[in-house]
Amino acid sequence: MSRRVGVVRFPGTNCEFDTVDAINALGGHAEVLWHSASDLRNVDAIVLPGGFAHGDYLRCGAIARFSPIMETIAAFARNGGPVLGICNGFQVLTEAGMLPGALQKNVGLKFLCGMEQIEFVSTSNIIGVGASAGELLNIPINHFEGNYVCSDETLKELEEENRIVFRYIDNPNGSIGDIAGVSNEQGNVVGMMPHPERATSTILGSNDGSRLLESLLGAQQVTPT
Amino acid sequence: MDRRELVRFEVKVEVLPREGIANPEGSTIERALPALGFETAGDVRVGKVIRLQVEADSAGAAKTIVEDMCKRFLSNPVIEDTTVEVLNA
Repeated sequence: MSRRVGVVRFPGTNCEFDTVDAINALGGHAEVLWHSASDLRNVDAIVLPGGFAHGDYLRCGAIARFSPIMETIAAFARNGGPVLGICNGFQVLTEAGMLPGALQKNVGLKFLCGMEQIEFVSTSNIIGVGASAGELLNIPINHFEGNYVCSDETLKELEEENRIVFRYIDNPNGSIGDIAGVSNEQGNVVGMMPHPERATSTILGSNDGSRLLESLLGAQQVTPT
Repeated sequence: MDRRELVRFEVKVEVLPREGIANPEGSTIERALPALGFETAGDVRVGKVIRLQVEADSAGAAKTIVEDMCKRFLSNPVIEDTTVEVLNA
């Protein structure tokens, strides 16, 4: 079992310690990696946590993409290394071109903060180990720009290649196809708007996020194609 | 050596959501306008304007530089279109 997880902190990131605590509570060993470093310190997996990287200026994730660590993470992902982007981390991954589509302002222009029910669609990825399609999870969201958009061709591709990881049961933000999370072709890069690190204790309303992080801890490096 | 003088150009970049991409801000404004009596307004889209200065040897060169910025950074081509205008051409 792995394993060392690097949790990346950009200026403006604010979920790094929740993520570190959640991973450590599950028996992993998480450490915070500063965005200007270009060395990943030999971690086995990377999490880009939630927050407001670089103040979300210009567009969410647009400036974070240029942080030196992103180039190393892109290479790590190309070699099959597991990378999970949560919320703002998902936005960073789309801006960096590591995941398709983009996240724009929620329909209704409301900042949304609350528990959402999501359905596992594809489990062929780093957070789906041991899960089965159709399973329902309760995981909170906390975002203003979580409205997933992509071209019709991309949507078709995501469906055909089974790369939609989660769908919302009751779409809160207008996302195309009720999409709450997607993966790359190999399944080693996943982005999701809901926050699994905030669903790691029944006292806090749900423990459903734990299994996703456990899956990440056990995820093997995929063989690059 | 022929050194062409660099001129400072004032450039305006307009960033708008692409055709067919939902624009929640635009549609909210569109729904509000009839309440004020503006019944004839439609297709409201909200974007942003970026003004910058760039040194180049011609207005055309300035435009090319800024269009490159748009592609690589100032806009997200998945959801946005840009129009570049050199103001003091």
